[in-house]
Amino acid sequence: MSTSPAKPGGPVLTADGTPLKTSLERSLKLSKLRALGLIVPPLLFLIILFVIPIGSLLTRSVDDGLSNKVLPKTLAAFERWDKTSEPDESMFEAVALDMKAADKLELSKLGTRMNYEKSGWRSLLKITARGLNRVEGPPYKPAMLELNKRWGDIKFWQSLGAMKDPVTLGYYLKAVDLQYDGNKNIMRVKKHNRIYQMLWWRTFLVSLIVTVGCLVLAYPVAHLLATLPLRLSNLLMICVLMPFWTSLLVRIVSWMVMLQRNGVVNDSLVSLGLLHDESRLSMMYNFAGTVIVMTQILLPFMILPIYSVMKTIPSSYMKAAQNLGATPALAFIKVYMPQTIPGVGAGCILVFIVAIGYYITPELVGGKDGRLIGNLIAYHMQNSLNWGLAAAMGTILLIAILTLYWVYDKLVGVDNMKMG
Amino acid sequence: MALPLYATPGQRIWHYCYLTICALVLFFLVSPLIVVIPLSFNSAPFLHFTPEMLMLDPDGYSTVWYKSLFGMCDAEGASLWTSCTDKWKVGAFNSLIIAVMSTVLATTLGTLAALGLSRDHVPFRRVIMGLMISPLIVPLIITASGMFFFFAKVNLVSTLPGVILAHTILGLPFVVITVTSTLVGFDNTLMKAAATLGGSPVYNFFKIQVPLVAPGVISGALFAFITSFDEIVIILFIGGPDQHTLPWQMWSGVREEISPTILAAATILVLLSIALLTTLELLRRRSERLRGISPA
Repeated sequence: MSTSPAKPGGPVLTADGTPLKTSLERSLKLSKLRALGLIVPPLLFLIILFVIPIGSLLTRSVDDGLSNKVLPKTLAAFERWDKTSEPDESMFEAVALDMKAADKLELSKLGTRMNYEKSGWRSLLKITARGLNRVEGPPYKPAMLELNKRWGDIKFWQSLGAMKDPVTLGYYLKAVDLQYDGNKNIMRVKKHNRIYQMLWWRTFLVSLIVTVGCLVLAYPVAHLLATLPLRLSNLLMICVLMPFWTSLLVRIVSWMVMLQRNGVVNDSLVSLGLLHDESRLSMMYNFAGTVIVMTQILLPFMILPIYSVMKTIPSSYMKAAQNLGATPALAFIKVYMPQTIPGVGAGCILVFIVAIGYYITPELVGGKDGRLIGNLIAYHMQNSLNWGLAAAMGTILLIAILTLYWVYDKLVGVDNMKMG
Repeated sequence: MALPLYATPGQRIWHYCYLTICALVLFFLVSPLIVVIPLSFNSAPFLHFTPEMLMLDPDGYSTVWYKSLFGMCDAEGASLWTSCTDKWKVGAFNSLIIAVMSTVLATTLGTLAALGLSRDHVPFRRVIMGLMISPLIVPLIITASGMFFFFAKVNLVSTLPGVILAHTILGLPFVVITVTSTLVGFDNTLMKAAATLGGSPVYNFFKIQVPLVAPGVISGALFAFITSFDEIVIILFIGGPDQHTLPWQMWSGVREEISPTILAAATILVLLSIALLTTLELLRRRSERLRGISPA
């Protein structure tokens, strides 16, 4: 028996003689380590395959190191230049030497990059790179001017100013229809080239309409589900959960079948006599199509949180309010509705967050004026290959969504998120 | 919610309006799924109800599109309108492989994380939980773009492991959420009671904790499975020609021209989702029964 009796006033000891405090700390530490041991493998997996890729998106959105790597002498010569006078031989020589030393692949990538600042650069670099092999310099200036007269255009030289730093905000500016001029002043792009501000606005508008639409449609249904007897409400719940569980593409295909010019909706309206055969509604490949389909797809996200809040409101409150003399309408507005606010808030933020990043639905049913910012990101990722711009747009979208997520967390708490 | 006997006529009208609105909204939710099913049995290559179909004439219906879906073209009608390929079979096979593999991975990792997170004294619990759930919040287009850049560096683009790993990330939050919520209701005194009765920790874990947590794990796994099975954006960005899944086939089919073959595929997927939903509901009831909660 090693139990030592605790001395009066001394520390409390455990059975093996160590002070209770130390023993507790040790077991606490052990349990923390055990928990971490369980958490670390999935966490590492998530960090490597999710957090780092998202991080690489952020670095790519500001990365502009290529021009410094390929054209170091040119950019140094640009620094010495007064930006207004005609470029002298030293600048032409710098360009020629840089281009002769450059890697072919990197040069063509750079041409694409430089084209974002001033269109014409790509073909200029291509022509010059081809012709430069035959040019024995110095002097380079006359030969290069002969290769292409654009080298005499001072605007091309000035546009180098936007590329001289290895880190650029140029893609972010581009994503909101702004750009740098040669002196790194920020200005708006030409009117006919402005598309992004409109797209951001449209994305916001579609998300807002879809959110409001979902709220208006979800509120009565959630109320019905919460107040009906259980057996019946479970049955109706299937109607809510089934679309939720059905493949997204299946739902989109169904809507395409429904909304076509010769589709089920138009056919029914015509046969009911509500619509003339020649004035069939066009509800697909436009703004309306995007809104209708997105509303149906996101409706369960609104119904479920509102329903779960309404479920907890005792019906006696409404009765008490009416007992005290309120009309049913007043009791509903003053007593019932304020209690549903948490569910409404959660549903709205959830729907808005999901809607704002939508890509597949607008791509398939949106047509030209239903395209959202997500579609432009995909376009720049896959077609135009302007990855810097895609990354910048993605980052802006991500920041907007994380802000909303933070608000959602404050309002509801991510731990309270429930499925199905 | 029945109308009280003393309701005024105005209240009655309002009540019936309210019921009508609810019915319309529920109809709006379900109608697209229901319309697809009869149309997939159309004998003509149209996407609307033909007069024969409306008159319930048996000639208006056929299973041609299902035959072409399964790559069978012996039917005379089928050869007229459909090219005979086994792309749907290949797609279904790819979907299944990717979904099963990523579900296994996501369930294992997600259950580990949930077990760890629901212990006492976990440092940074909120941050870790937020991080674990974030793949659910970040739009797929952003996740896909980021992964494309990263996977390109490590040569995982256009490979099966690349797609499986990406889908695992998407399934992880579901497993973490469902298992955590099962563990919240887990009564830890059960484990203590088992320990006092002489069970070893490992024995107790498998005999007591596992059966009680299993419904959460399985429903998380179902979520992860359906997420992967239904996923298209990651496939478009990271998948190569050898990873063309069922959703990819539908995507490319819809972009070219919707044929009733796609509707046949859609019908099968609707039935699959009904089966999954039923399983999930049964699991939920079982879990409640096991934990002694009467069905609320």
